[in-house]
Amino acid sequence: MNIIVCVKQIPDPETPAASFKVDEQAKKVIPAQGVAPVVNPYDPQATEAALQLRDAAGGGKVTVVSLGPDSARDAIKHALAMGCDEGVLINDDAFEGQDNFQTANALAKAIDKIGEYDLILMGRAAADWDMGVVPIGVAQALGIPAVTVAKSIEKDGDSVKVERVLDDGFQTVKAPLPAVVSVSNEFGEPRYPQLRQIMMAAKKTVEVWSASDLGLSPDEVGEGNRVLPLEALYIPKIESNVEIIEGESPEEKAATLVARLREAKLI
Amino acid sequence: MSGILVVAEVFDGELQPISHELLGAARKLSDGGAGPVSAFVAGEAYAQDLIHHGADTVYVSNAQGLEIGLADPYLAPVNAAIEQSGADIVLLGQTNIGRDLGPMLAFHHKTAVSMETVDLQLQDGRLRATRSCYGGNARAELTWKEKLQVATVKGKSFDALEPDTSRSGEVKNVDAAGETKIEVLSTEKAEASGVRLEDAPVVVSGGRGLGDPSAFTTLEELAGLLNGATGASRAACDLGWYPPSQQVGLTGKVVSPNLYLAVAISGASQHMAGMAGSKNIVSINKDPDSNMVKVSKYAIIDDYKKVIPALIEEIKKVK
Ligand SMILES: Cc1cc2nc3c(=O)[nH]c(=O)nc-3n(C[C@H](O)[C@H](O)[C@H](O)COP(=O)(O)OP(=O)(O)OC[C@H]3O[C@@H](n4cnc5c(N)ncnc54)[C@H](O)[C@@H]3O)c2cc1C
Ligand SMILES: Nc1ncnc2c1ncn2[C@@H]1O[C@H](COP(=O)(O)O)[C@@H](O)[C@H]1O
Repeated sequence: MNIIVCVKQIPDPETPAASFKVDEQAKKVIPAQGVAPVVNPYDPQATEAALQLRDAAGGGKVTVVSLGPDSARDAIKHALAMGCDEGVLINDDAFEGQDNFQTANALAKAIDKIGEYDLILMGRAAADWDMGVVPIGVAQALGIPAVTVAKSIEKDGDSVKVERVLDDGFQTVKAPLPAVVSVSNEFGEPRYPQLRQIMMAAKKTVEVWSASDLGLSPDEVGEGNRVLPLEALYIPKIESNVEIIEGESPEEKAATLVARLREAKLI
Repeated sequence: MSGILVVAEVFDGELQPISHELLGAARKLSDGGAGPVSAFVAGEAYAQDLIHHGADTVYVSNAQGLEIGLADPYLAPVNAAIEQSGADIVLLGQTNIGRDLGPMLAFHHKTAVSMETVDLQLQDGRLRATRSCYGGNARAELTWKEKLQVATVKGKSFDALEPDTSRSGEVKNVDAAGETKIEVLSTEKAEASGVRLEDAPVVVSGGRGLGDPSAFTTLEELAGLLNGATGASRAACDLGWYPPSQQVGLTGKVVSPNLYLAVAISGASQHMAGMAGSKNIVSINKDPDSNMVKVSKYAIIDDYKKVIPALIEEIKKVK
């Protein structure tokens, strides 16, 4: 079974709000001091799913693809260390500042160029822009079905059986291959590569493709050609007016809180 | 031609509240000059309700497959409604369907979609969307390069209008039939006891700091006394302590109760994304510097293990 998994490198989404900074002029996030970028948290879960499916099928290849700056090589290395077979880095200064729609287009072109695939796995959303649109975009560009927010994935002949997380429950669906499936956190913990695997991953090949390698022209990539232009980026203000409930004991504090809530007619 | 098309959603035979909120948003844009308000819905039975809530025209589809809970079958009928209405703004809810249908429409028309939008303004006749990003740490304002502007809207971001039964409008049919290659094998509804999380006037949520799944039983007791629902942070859900259907936050439910009681939850931006609209927040936390305490109206800084039973006793006394 040949699988392509897409991973994105992003600023650590668990960066505490206090160290999260924005350059409003440049409309960019200022990387927090000493906090290294990470792989989008859903993407190792998508990678884990790919590895399990490859191994259950008794063979095949998992190719990891990332579009990003030079540092995105680390996201690819991580997936290779987890056990993926090959990597492709889509890297070109021309992509700087572009949106998810342009990226979906570029990824679809790269996947087309890779050619042989039964399944494409992604995360449900990238935790930088929190959009969750690329899996659908890639599927539409390739003319194949997309199944989103997967909790479990199983191959079933020429199809995949996917359990999806819904707002109010679960749904099991069957989609013909090839298909795109986006993976959610309910999938479970991904494996963590050991030192030996990290060293072995250094020997695996990572191809680097530019915009022109994918047949993308300068007037469809980069910030200037965004389909969803970014007009402003800022940190919303939060005011604190908290009243800390004082008291000698937890019982006393509880009694005071209940009194306050009753005064405010909240209970 | 221009105008706004709202994609209404029916679930279990009822129009979803988000559909009314979308009409509220659309009406505002229309008043600002964005053109007439149309709505798309699966089933004639809902047309008048939509008109009473602000639609000028309702496009009704009787296509097969709109009830199975997948977005694909909506693509063709909604596209037909876009074409017939001439709308250049399409609004959907951030729901099971909208979350997929929004991007599908956008990519189909080679335009873009603003996901989980919290505010919509009109500027020189064009839409400007505000949405939160970076887990809720930042906000972005966006516009569209192409003519067609698609946005999914986060629940509770806009107020529905009071229904006006004297309003009248046109009802038209759309014939296009949708299709999908995906087959639904089964659907399982999460069993939520008591009040529905999204509608509850009081929500008691627990986090990783509970340290113990059985603590949720105590939180449920407290919620029960307050006629509320019980929620959880993702950290608690990921640990298997509480079902994901009760998760509050960016990737869970959006709630805006009158009273939100956060027990042993730190207040990560992604959690706040689901409850920051609560009218009154109260936290029980050991850490006075946690974000949740900062956004609260009242906070008790102590071990929840002692505070919650005392709260339960105290509330029983005054009831
Ligand atoms: C892409 C993405 C999406 C996410 N989506 C969501 C989401 O939808 N919802 C969500 O909730 N999170 C979400 N998260 C996770 C989020 O970033 C946080 O990790 C999570 O909310 C933390 O949960 P918590 O507050 O329960 O745990 P912690 O951050 O570990 O906080 C525990 C709190 O308990 C307190 N505490 C400990 N012991 C006690 C005690 N005995 N008594 C009282 N207080 C005590 C501590 O002081 C602390 O404040 C998401 C993360 C990412 C990256
Ligand atoms: N630049 C990128 N490179 C590789 N994969 C990406 C990139 N951007 C998005 N993806 C994939 O698409 C998923 C959803 O991202 P998004 O639609 O941007 O929220 C991510 O979890 C990745 O699997």
